[in-house]
Parts: sequence; structure tokens; C-alpha cells
Amino acid sequence: MSWKKDEDSDELGALLNLDHSAVLQEARIFNQTPIRPRQSRLLLAKIVFLLYRGDSIPTIDATNLFFSITKLFQCKDMSLRQMVYLTIKELSTVSEDVIMVTSSLMKDMQPKSEITYRANAIRALCKIVDPSMLPGIERLLKAAIVEKLPSIASAALVSSIHLFTDAKDVVRRWGNEASEALNGKALSMGPSFFSGSANQNQVVSTSNIVQYHAIGLLYAIRQHDRMAVLKLVQTFSGQNKSGGWMSGPSPTLRSNMAHVMLIRYAVRVMENDPSLLPQLCTLLQEWMSHSSDMVSLEAARAVCQLKDVDSRPLTQAVGVLQMFLGSPRATARFAAIRTLNTLARTHPEAVQPCNVDMENLITDKNRSVATFAITTLLKTGNEASVDRLMKQMQGFMAEISDEFKIIVAEAVRSLCRKFPGKHSLFLSFLSGVLRDEGGYEFKRSAIEAIIDLAKNVPECKETALAHLCEFIEDCEFTKLSVRVLYFLGEEGPLTAKPTIYIRHIYNRVVLENAVVRAAAVNALAKFGASSAADPSLQRSVRVLLKRCLDDRDDEVRDRSAWALRMMDNEKTKDKYVRDDSTFALAVLERKLVEYCADPAASLKGKFSFESVPRISRAQEEESRNQARLENMDAVLTGTTISAPSSTRPIGAGISEAIETPGTPMSPGVSGSGFMDEFEQQARYASQLNAIPEIAAFGDQPLVSSRKPVDLTEAETEYVVRCIKHVYDGHIVFQFDVTNTIPEQVLEQIEVAMEPEEDIDGVLEPVVVVPIPELKCNQPGTAYVAFARADTETFPSVSFACTLKFIVKECDPATGEPEEGDDGFEDEYSLEATDLGAGDFMQSTYIPDSHSLWEVLGQDAEAIETFALANFDGIEECITKVNDLLGMSPLDGALKPKSKAAHQAVFTGKWMGRVKTVARTRMTYQKGAGVTMELAVRSEDQGVSELMVAAIA
Amino acid sequence: MANLSLYTVRAVVVMDGDGNRLIAKYYNRGQNVQSYKTLKEQQKFESELFSKTRKSNSEIVLYDGQTVLFKYVNDVYFYLVGNPEENELLLGAVLNGLVEAISQLLKYNIDKRSVLDNLDMVVLALDETIDDGIALETDPNAIAANVSKRGVDTIDVSLSNFNEQTVMDAYKLAKERFNLALLR
Repeated sequence: MSWKKDEDSDELGALLNLDHSAVLQEARIFNQTPIRPRQSRLLLAKIVFLLYRGDSIPTIDATNLFFSITKLFQCKDMSLRQMVYLTIKELSTVSEDVIMVTSSLMKDMQPKSEITYRANAIRALCKIVDPSMLPGIERLLKAAIVEKLPSIASAALVSSIHLFTDAKDVVRRWGNEASEALNGKALSMGPSFFSGSANQNQVVSTSNIVQYHAIGLLYAIRQHDRMAVLKLVQTFSGQNKSGGWMSGPSPTLRSNMAHVMLIRYAVRVMENDPSLLPQLCTLLQEWMSHSSDMVSLEAARAVCQLKDVDSRPLTQAVGVLQMFLGSPRATARFAAIRTLNTLARTHPEAVQPCNVDMENLITDKNRSVATFAITTLLKTGNEASVDRLMKQMQGFMAEISDEFKIIVAEAVRSLCRKFPGKHSLFLSFLSGVLRDEGGYEFKRSAIEAIIDLAKNVPECKETALAHLCEFIEDCEFTKLSVRVLYFLGEEGPLTAKPTIYIRHIYNRVVLENAVVRAAAVNALAKFGASSAADPSLQRSVRVLLKRCLDDRDDEVRDRSAWALRMMDNEKTKDKYVRDDSTFALAVLERKLVEYCADPAASLKGKFSFESVPRISRAQEEESRNQARLENMDAVLTGTTISAPSSTRPIGAGISEAIETPGTPMSPGVSGSGFMDEFEQQARYASQLNAIPEIAAFGDQPLVSSRKPVDLTEAETEYVVRCIKHVYDGHIVFQFDVTNTIPEQVLEQIEVAMEPEEDIDGVLEPVVVVPIPELKCNQPGTAYVAFARADTETFPSVSFACTLKFIVKECDPATGEPEEGDDGFEDEYSLEATDLGAGDFMQSTYIPDSHSLWEVLGQDAEAIETFALANFDGIEECITKVNDLLGMSPLDGALKPKSKAAHQAVFTGKWMGRVKTVARTRMTYQKGAGVTMELAVRSEDQGVSELMVAAIA
Repeated sequence: MANLSLYTVRAVVVMDGDGNRLIAKYYNRGQNVQSYKTLKEQQKFESELFSKTRKSNSEIVLYDGQTVLFKYVNDVYFYLVGNPEENELLLGAVLNGLVEAISQLLKYNIDKRSVLDNLDMVVLALDETIDDGIALETDPNAIAANVSKRGVDTIDVSLSNFNEQTVMDAYKLAKERFNLALLR
């Protein structure tokens, strides 16, 4: 017997303390005859409860349980049967041999069974069925999809969607049934008796949710067929104004949820087609005034997310969202403010009309809404509103949680960037909050904000540093002290009176723990080594450092000894303290991991730092900032900062921006895209090494193109992009091919390259790697490799390219070529590919390019002046030059400050080895075009000349 | 990128007033990336979620990168975890349908006790509302109608104390028999 000894115990407690062995004991009642439906049902509920509570039942027990449950099929009681279905579904993941009940379930699915039987049996069966058995029940399911009763149709449709993942080709055949279900009349009458226990009332769902399921399945089936989706959208977009329950002869969407999906499909299929965009905008505008909140929200959101959108629909969308802002429902407010927040990133001016409404939301009782309101306001606000906003924030800083404070600090940090004129206001706010209580994360973001301010607004640097000094006097977080000390070391020496900072820093040496002391010693060393330091300062620093030699901690002693030695020598000073470059950390990390993972690597030699590209600190800073902005919204939205699951891959957004074809890289993005470029190249290298013929050319290409070149127009039948890789003795052209025709399968795809000039003795074709088969929308890669017969010449050739392949007709639904179709050969001509000097140049940042320029001197220089009449502006010209040189532009190189004259410096490594610096000066006169002087100095005179020739 | 599939719900959790899980169902079908695979992760998520939301009755929160809608009725807390990009009002309709239906089934008297007493109906209502992450029905009347009521048995028992009841019944029966025997 399994009752509790303690009979007085709370009966709820008994249920909460239920454990599975007790339930298994009780399961014996399933074997009783006659079956007791009510008792069995309650026991089944307990089993489900156990599973939902998180208990795990061992497989063997679950299987036994499962088999005793199957006995319950003998009982016809409805209330029991429904519970049996649910239990079977839940046990299907734990138990073995669930397939045994298939026949019982199939019996319940028959049209003559009761409704609740059927709907539930369908859902249960689809959970346990194996894709290979699907054809056996296909007929039943198809019939159920077009069933008049919504609950059965929904059950069948939803199950089909689940099945679609595993059995695409079978479910694909149900498209007609799904569209019939979608277009079917609303069921307002008809037999829907829920027999069984008591309920004889007929209940007709008012949600018309069948349409939602039908449209979902239909889209899943047809998603690759653009025309079909377009037709689907157009069918339902015409009659939307009537929209009520009383449907006319033409199909309408009665389900709001289905309408939401329709909007998404419409955007998906029409957004990228310029000819359909106006139509899409009209539709969305119409939908925004739909009677249902859900639909108008979705439409407004869709408008806000369109890439290029006119101001008129946008104004309407903002108007709709503004209305939601005043809604009593937090969910609606949340949805609206969240959309506006995203919109403010791209179109801050469009959101401005809502400013007043958003200011009211700052004190919203829903914290997420308030957070979004603040951050949106920060994006849309102007200089005048900042004062008010800051005052408001100061008011409630004390009463909010730490997590929320971080958001405010981050927000203020962005504000600092936007309105440097208000620095004193921000500084006093930030130093004020630093004095308050707060956790590490919050203090950190406040510190970072101050540091940011000090870096970007020179006028307030001294005040900011003073605030930081004050902060470390009484700081409980070691990490933050270290961060501040580092920053003081960077910036302090350059100020007018470095001595005051030295005092603060040395105080740390006296008072703090070892970690902070070590950081303080480093900061002192920077003061001493700084070029701005006068001899008396150097002497004082030396005295302080010498005292540190007696420190209790060995690290502190080591560092001070090192600092003293370093300060004596100009060269080491330059190397350690004044170096303004750093490794591309992502690449360094990857290479180190590879090195450690490869057991043979240490035998081959030491880890080579040479292969890790260097970038300037400014660039690194830039890319970090970018990443921070990317992550900020994740943080903002209440994601726990520590949760690793929530941190998005850094720079994901950046790479998107780069890979989007046709959008010219904005200068800001190019700086931060460095990390991604390196990552991209690593990806190429591993792809190339997978092909044995190419892997033989070398470990990895010396130089890979920075970005792919499109060889076809966008929106053509086949999309081809070319990427060039240069090896020591070889050149590999990589062609990424995408087939966009669903009715075709391409086989044996290769690219034929015909040189337009004579290349005998310079380049010899060696390997052509074709793509064996290419289905619709699955990108494939073909390669063509040339050997460089003479490694000393760097050819500049243009190739005419042709795509050659065998076409086979196929069923667009399955992607399988039709049987017996041998296909025919076809060609498709591509745009020409050029190979130029720039392709041999690896774009790398070289630290201290100025002194390199001097060292290389006149001898290694090639210089030429060009009159480029066909350029209409400097910006256009510099972009072109950047493309041709294939080198890394230094700060501001791509952002001409004046329209009349510009100077830019580029750095790079020829063949990944020879350091090269290029300097251009250009002037622009209206009418005469651009006059440019290009001077290139390189460790190899020949390279300089080649580079200059590249422009001509 | 908008979610083009119908998979919208990642989890439904029902908790009592102390943040103890009564029922939790996590869905990981479709493109739903399920980050809470183990019971431990789920419990951590739930307790953090509970502590974050218990004080405010504000319907919705973005938590750990997901949209979470919640609703309290007396001492029962309903949470619906949805895709972050999903239309919030759509998710709201789903949660509303579920809670309203349960409320109907429990005769407009939702509390921890009634939920536990009528577990069979609660779990069936959940099953009729959401099928593996897809909203199956949002109309509370329809959901409630789809949930079958308990059948009649020879012995009337309520769920939470039916162990004791059975024993009591046996005892009663024995007593009657005994009395009968005595009378004879």
C-alpha cells in the first residue's frame, strides 16, 4: 500500500511530494477490469504532472507504464481517452516502442470516430509516427486537413507542420489541401457535438485559427517558390477592407494571426523587388488601419523594418505606434516602444514626434518599457532636451535596481558621444552616481563612460581624470582600480601637470593589494617613459619605482625592475610604451588555439607572431565600440549580462553590412570590419585546404581578396561572385555560384576563364574544380587555379569568364531531377575578372608608418602624377584608389575633410611579406577632375613601381 | 529577421506564489533554439524569472533574450516564453486564451489548490492551447470545450486525496461488512 503514514499531512503537499515510484505502483489499476475511467484519468494526470514538473522516469519504467496504458484503449470513455492521448505524447520521448499504438490511434482517426477522438488521435499519432510510415496515413491526414470541423483541421495542419521538418517530400504533396483549408468558409454551423461526459453544447471557435495553421503550412511548403508566395499574398490583399466575418465570395483572412503571418510573407517576398515595393507600401498602409491591434502592430513594425521606406508610410507607422504608447496594456506599450527603439537607430528624426509620450513612459511601472523609453529618447533627443532628461534620470537613480542603473550609465555614455558640448553635465552626473552604492557592473559602465568622455572631449579630460583619481581613492573593486590606473598611465603623462596623478598613483602602491600595486607600477613606468616627461619628473618616477623594488609581491618587484631598465633605453621605450598597434586579437586567439590543438606544431617550431595581422589601437577601439553598440541592445533589454547564452557573436551585424552586395562600405564600417575580414580569410583558408589539389599550393593563401566581386547582376538566374587567392607560386580563383531557378538542377558546373591577353609563360592553368551538383538556393563553390610560371612577374590580366554546366529539369518541390533526363549543356557568360597588382597586396596595418616611410627613403620610391578627369569628386576617387591598391587605409584616409584637397596614407604587405606604404595627395577642381599624386615606398623597389602602375 | 514559421512559444511555466514550479513545458521543435535543456538550467531560469517579475505586475518582460509574458491569478503565476521577435500581442492572445480557458474550467476560481485538484483539466487545456510550440487555439471557449470533463466512476474520488479515500472506502466497506456480519 502506498498511502502516506502521516495522515494529517497536507494533501497538496502529498501531491507535490509525489514521486514516480509511487505512481508506478498505482499504475496497476490500469490492468483492472472493468477499467475505472475516472480513477485512471486522474492517475494519468499525475504521470503527466510528474513529467511536467521535471521528474525523469527511467526508460524501462516508462516503457512498462506505456504498455499498461495501451490497455486503456479498451475503454471507450471520452474523458479517459483524451488523457491517454496526452500521456502517450508525453511518454513518446522517454519510452521505447511507442510505435505499437499506431494502429489504435489510426482507428481513432477514422472519419466515423468522435471529434475529440479524431483531433487528439491525429496529433498523438504524428508525434510517434516514423517518416517512413507516413505514406500509410497520408490519405487520412489529407482528408483531415480539409475537414470542416476546425479542431480536426487544425490538428491535422499543425501536425503536418511538425512533420514537415522530417518528411518534406511527403508533406509537400499536401499543398492543395492546405490551400483549400485556407480558403474554406468559416464554419458557423455544422455538427460539432462534444459528446462524452456532459458537454453537448456546440462551441465554435471565434479565432478562425485554422487559417493561421493553413497559411503556415502553405508557406512552409511553398517558401522557395516566390511566385506562389506572391500569389498567396495578392489573393488575400485585395479584399481586406471588408474583412469582417461575413465573407463574400472571394477568400478573406478572418484570423488575425493568419493576417500577421501574411504580412511577414508579403514583406519577405516583396521587399527586395523594387517593382513591388510601392505595392507593398500601399498594402502595409492599408493593413495598419486594420481593426485588430495585432495586425496593425505587425504592419507598423514591418514598415519600420523596411530597408528603404518613404516618409509617408513611416509617419503613419509611427502614428500607429504612438497610439499604442498610450495603451493601458503593458504588452501593447512594450511592443510599440520596442519597435520605436529599433527605428530610432536608423531614423531618429521619424521617432521625434513621440518624444513627449516617451518621456511619460520613463516612469512606467513596467521596467522594460521604461528602459526602452530612455534609450529611445537618447537616440532621438536633441541638445535642449538632454538637460531635462538628465534631471529626470538623476531623480530616480536612487530607487532603481543595479541592472537598470547599468542601462542608464550606458545610455549616458552614448549621450556623451552625441553631445560633447554638455560634458560638464554628464561628468557631474557620472561622478555623482559613482559615489552612490552600486555593484561592479554598474560602476564599470560608469567608469567606462567617464573614460570615453575623457578620450573624446579634450576640454574635460583633466576634470575627468580628477574624478577618476578620486574614485580609485576609495574603490572596492580591484578590476576597476586596474582599469583606471591603466587609463591614467595612458593619458596622464600628456597633461599639463602629470605630477598630481603620480601622487594618486603612488598612493595605490602604498595602500592597495598586489594586483593594484602592479598596475600602479605600470602606470608609473608610462609616466617615466613618456616623451613629454622632463628630466626632473623622470627622476622622481625613478625614485618611486626604486622603492617598489622592495615590495612584498614578486610581480610588483619584477614590474618595477623591468620599468627601471626600460626607461634607460630609448629603443625599448618605443617598443613597449609608445607602440600604437596591437594584434588582431580574434585572429591571435584562433591561431593560438590551433597551435595548441596540433600536437605536431610545437615540433615544427615556435608560434609565429608574424602570421598574426596587426591593427592599430584606434581600429581595435573602433571595433570594440561597434561590438559594444551591437551588444548594448541585448543588455538593454534586460538580458542578464553574465548569461553567456545571451551574448551574441560579436560583430555579427558588421559582417552583414559588409556582405550585403551593392552597399558601398561606409568608412566607419570598414574600420571596424577588420576582425571580420580576418575571420573571413581564415574561413577561406580552411575551405581551400579541403581540396587536395589546392592544399598542395601551400598552407594558406598569402593574400585573399578583401571582398567578393559580383560577376553577375543581382536578381539574375545565376549569381556568381569571385574571390581571388594568391599563393607563392599559384593563383586560385574561387567562384561562389548560386542557382536561383527552382525548376533546374545544375550539374558539372565549372568556370571557363579565357585570358584577354597573352599569358603564355606567365600563368598556366593547372586545376579546375567543378561543382558536381547545384540545387536551387544552395550555394556551391568552383575553383580555377593557375600556376605562376615566373614568380618574379606579377601579371595584370583580364579574364573573360563563362559559366558552363549541364541543366536538368527538376520538380521544384523536391529538388530531385526528373528521371531519364540527361540534361543539356549550357553556358552563361559572366562579367570579366581582372587580376591586378592590388590582388597581390595584403591589407595590413603597419604601426608607425611614418617612420617606415622615412626609413625606406627616396630610393625605394616610385612616384607618378595622374590627371583623372573622369572623377567627379575626391571621395569617389579615393574609394576607387582604395579598391585598386588593396591596401589598408589609415585613419581618415577614406574621409576627405575638404572637397578641394586630400591626403591619404595606405599600408600593406606585398605578397604578405614586403612592407609597403603608399601616400596619395589629390586635388579636385570642378571641370578638370581630380589630379592625384601617388607615391609608393616599399622594401622592394619593384613593388613600388608595380603599385604605381596599378593605378594607371 | 521575422519568424516565418508558426513556432512561436518556447515554454509555458506555471508557478505557485513562492516560485515553485507547478507545471513547466518547454518546447524545442522547429527553429526554436532551446537554451534550457536540462532541468537545472530550467530551474535556474525559472527562479531568476520569478524573482525578477514577482514584484511588478507588468505583463511582459524581456528576459534572457526572450519575450516573456506573464499573468497572475491569485497565487498562481502563468508564464509564456516566446520568441524574442514575435508579435507581442499575438503571444498575449495565446496566454490569454490559456488562462481564460483554465479559469473557465476551474469555475473562475484559480488558485494553487484548485489547479492541483484539477490537474487533469489544466494539463489538457495546455495541450489544447499549444501543440509543441505552435498555438493551436486561442479562443478560451473553444479550448475549454475541447477539454473533456471527468467521467463518472463507481467511486467518487478527488485527485489529491484519492489514496486516502480509497483506503477510507475500503475501511468503510469492511466496517459495513463487519456490522452486517454482527447483525446476523
